[in-house]
Amino acid sequence: MALLLSCVAGDLILSVLAVILSGWRYATPIVYGGTLVISAILSGIALFAVAQSPMSITLPLGLPWLGAHFRLDALAAAFLLIVNFGGAGVSLYALGYGRHEPEPGRVLPFYPVFLAAMNLVVIAADAYSFLLAWELMSLASWALVIARHRTNGNLRAGYIYLLMASAGTFALLFCFGLLAGAQGNYAFAAIRAHHLAPSLTGLALALALIGAGSKAGLVPFHVWLPLAHPAAPSHVSALMSGVMTKVAIYAFIRIVFDLMGPPQWWWSVAPLLLGGATAALGVLYALMETDIKRILAYSTIENVGIIFIAIGLALAFKASGLAGAAALALTAALFHVLNHMLFKSVLFFGAGTLIVSTGTRDIEKLGGLINRLPYSSAAVLAASIAISALPPFNGFASEWLVFQSILVSPQLPQMGLKLIVPGVGVLLALAAALAAACFVRAFGITYLGRPRTPAAAAAREVDRWSLAAMLGLAALCLFVGLFPGLAIDWLQPVASAMVSGRMPPQSSIAWLSIVPVSASRSSYNGLLLFGFMVAAATIAAAMVHRFASRAVRIAPFWDCGYPNLGPQVQYSATSLSQPIRRVFGSVTFGAHETVDMPAPEDPRPAKLVRTIRDPVWDFLYAPIAVFIDRAAGLLNHIQFLTIRVYLAMVFVALVALLTVLALWG
Amino acid sequence: MGLIGEIALQFCQMALVVILAPAVVGLVRKMKARLQRRIGPPVLQPYRDLRRLFGKEVVLPENASWLFRVAPYAIFALTWVAVALVPTFRTGLLFSWCGDLIAIVALLGAARFLQALVALDTGTSFGGIGSSREVMIASLAEPAMIMVVFTVALAAGSSQLSTVADFMAHVGGLRVSFAMALVALIIVALAENARIPVDNPATHLELTMIHEAMLLEYSGRHLAMIEWATALKLLLYISVIGCIFFPFGLITTGGGGPLAYVLAIAAYLFKVIVASLLLASLETAIAKMRVFRVPNLTGIALMLGLLGTLLLFVSGGL
Repeated sequence: MALLLSCVAGDLILSVLAVILSGWRYATPIVYGGTLVISAILSGIALFAVAQSPMSITLPLGLPWLGAHFRLDALAAAFLLIVNFGGAGVSLYALGYGRHEPEPGRVLPFYPVFLAAMNLVVIAADAYSFLLAWELMSLASWALVIARHRTNGNLRAGYIYLLMASAGTFALLFCFGLLAGAQGNYAFAAIRAHHLAPSLTGLALALALIGAGSKAGLVPFHVWLPLAHPAAPSHVSALMSGVMTKVAIYAFIRIVFDLMGPPQWWWSVAPLLLGGATAALGVLYALMETDIKRILAYSTIENVGIIFIAIGLALAFKASGLAGAAALALTAALFHVLNHMLFKSVLFFGAGTLIVSTGTRDIEKLGGLINRLPYSSAAVLAASIAISALPPFNGFASEWLVFQSILVSPQLPQMGLKLIVPGVGVLLALAAALAAACFVRAFGITYLGRPRTPAAAAAREVDRWSLAAMLGLAALCLFVGLFPGLAIDWLQPVASAMVSGRMPPQSSIAWLSIVPVSASRSSYNGLLLFGFMVAAATIAAAMVHRFASRAVRIAPFWDCGYPNLGPQVQYSATSLSQPIRRVFGSVTFGAHETVDMPAPEDPRPAKLVRTIRDPVWDFLYAPIAVFIDRAAGLLNHIQFLTIRVYLAMVFVALVALLTVLALWG
Repeated sequence: MGLIGEIALQFCQMALVVILAPAVVGLVRKMKARLQRRIGPPVLQPYRDLRRLFGKEVVLPENASWLFRVAPYAIFALTWVAVALVPTFRTGLLFSWCGDLIAIVALLGAARFLQALVALDTGTSFGGIGSSREVMIASLAEPAMIMVVFTVALAAGSSQLSTVADFMAHVGGLRVSFAMALVALIIVALAENARIPVDNPATHLELTMIHEAMLLEYSGRHLAMIEWATALKLLLYISVIGCIFFPFGLITTGGGGPLAYVLAIAAYLFKVIVASLLLASLETAIAKMRVFRVPNLTGIALMLGLLGTLLLFVSGGL
């Protein structure tokens, strides 16, 4: 525990150092090298801390009589690993990528603070330290979002992020206030012992959903995410997408499974429905975008939805006393958290290499990069397959577990839930299929085909640090996909602590298969399937090369006999998603196209304009903005009152507060 | 039966499907031709086509990447592994537990992912059109397939295809849910295999094409591998429909003597022939849809799948 806290302190010292050193050319390698070492140590600690009994420490900081409580239990350790393993990968990548930073002084000091704050959120064991670390995390990431404040739109992204982050923290603040009760002991141990009145649990749950959900990117609180994540430098985007959203998921699990006491079945309805909507909408948004980082940000929203579906299922099972099924669903959620950290980091790193080597984020201006960036394109291809939930990579293993937890849902006693869960299953399956479409589009348009611009044609492979980080994490995606049992077994202490149940121990199952409930119900063996595929492909290739003609001729492409019309005739990202936009987008986003076709002999160019409206902005945030504007206008009168009126207002407010206290206490 | 025997049976299964697959395509073509009062090519023509293609040189487009050359083998292997997991003549084969129905769907999804990617690799507009339409159709057909999986898996208490087939053979019975799932599965099979009314496997160079547009730049042995994989996929859907909804003749766990195996394989061949005949008559009887009508059809499949699942709860006695 002491080592852990000193590592976190080390991060904070590094950030001070970064301020002092900024401008020196070795500042970048020192800061990222330092965070790399610290994160690696912390990942090591987390790896072993999961199975051990909880450790805690109280520092004489923070609120008087409270102190700063820190505790490392199984749940905290699992997320400590996510934070620091992700942090280590990002630091490694940044050793190379950070060199291209035009103003390192705007990034370096905040980066270690961001890491330290996320570590503190995970190990905090009282509401005060938790919220303090949470705010520190938000502010550090906000500073990183506006690091490139001169780029168009980044300041607006930072502004919206700040607004949403404050609103989310307020919700969490009220949530902890409710949970702590009128006596108000904010240590988590005291909150755990205090039982909330049943009438207030719904309110506490809603506040937790808003607070944690807004940071995680749950629809409809996701609006800041696709603006803020792309605005930050790419390695920070990876950290925000792969890690910070996971810290928010940690907060939700901590509050709902640990602090709120025994769950009711209806608690699961909101996470299930919001999760389903988030998964399907997130990927649909992603399919409408052409900015690679916005695509990835929306795809993060989709994955957060998948995780929330699994969390909702775990809640439902726990409430009904189905401990084994609850362990399955919670393990699926945590496993997907881990997997998403792995592949989303690679994808954002890939986006970073695109920016470095071509200078653009717009995939419409790229193409043909697989021949020019052979290693990074291979890593991104692996991560794209993984995020599309296709075997044998890790994304499939965790989504398979989510599907399996849906398949045990008929054991639930509530008819309502029985009917909701298959509906959510449709949304999940839809999201999985659309994610594959999304990454066919993202990878295919960017890396395949012919270069659409000279910048894409001149692209060069990036430095070795970046490649090491990308290829290493991509290899891990495959490794975890082949041996998912290792990860599942590693996560078991968390499931036992949160839902007091466990999945069958996977290491005892023959052939390294994984089974969610029992072998007769279903099983999946990534390793054997992969072996099968390799064997089948090798046999086929060997037979073909043995017996078939081996002649190869390189020729211009055929394209039905048309001569070369230039790379602009290729399908673009927008045209590739046109059918999906027509099928799904017209309902969801009111997408439509207007074609302006000039009459014959009119030399005007033809024009096709597509419009997409975001229903969440139109129906939720625009009315709120209008309301706040009006309210501010009305409240403006208060500025010009006499002092007597002000004193009267203070008195009335005091009486009102005391009345509330008297009634509540 | 010892481990060697089990391995031999699994190997037989893999060999059976890979050898049988082109014949199914030939059979459907022949029957369609007969229904249209043509003579049609011989049933074994697809084998000759494959041999011819294997003998030809490969013409690679200039800017094709390594992915373009690797993908045909990967697509073939993914499809082959998927169909090897489907019980054809016997349930509970040695490796049947290493992937359930969801894994089979995902394996096919991976094959389609690669197919749609390499269609974009050559940088032509036809590849893009095929890829674009393929992912649109898959985005509804795949969830529909998952809902069918839910329906049968919830009824059988397992998503393992062998267990489902055992359940259907012994316990099963008639249910409205199963009828809905069957219709949904047939629609999915038509869409996924690029058959009429979704796509026309017999044409090239129509603006309506989907699957064939993705293969335009392929030639020689690469094209042969993809054609073979396409045939395997058709056989896979026929086998899945056969073993879930018409599991008669399947040797269930326990096994039997050599005669039982002969009968089981005969039953399987019978099912394949009947399915081919039905497919041929369906394709002769109806016309191809416009591309943007297809989502309505696959949407119907999705709704039927969901209704089938929900009806399981309402009809009680799960």
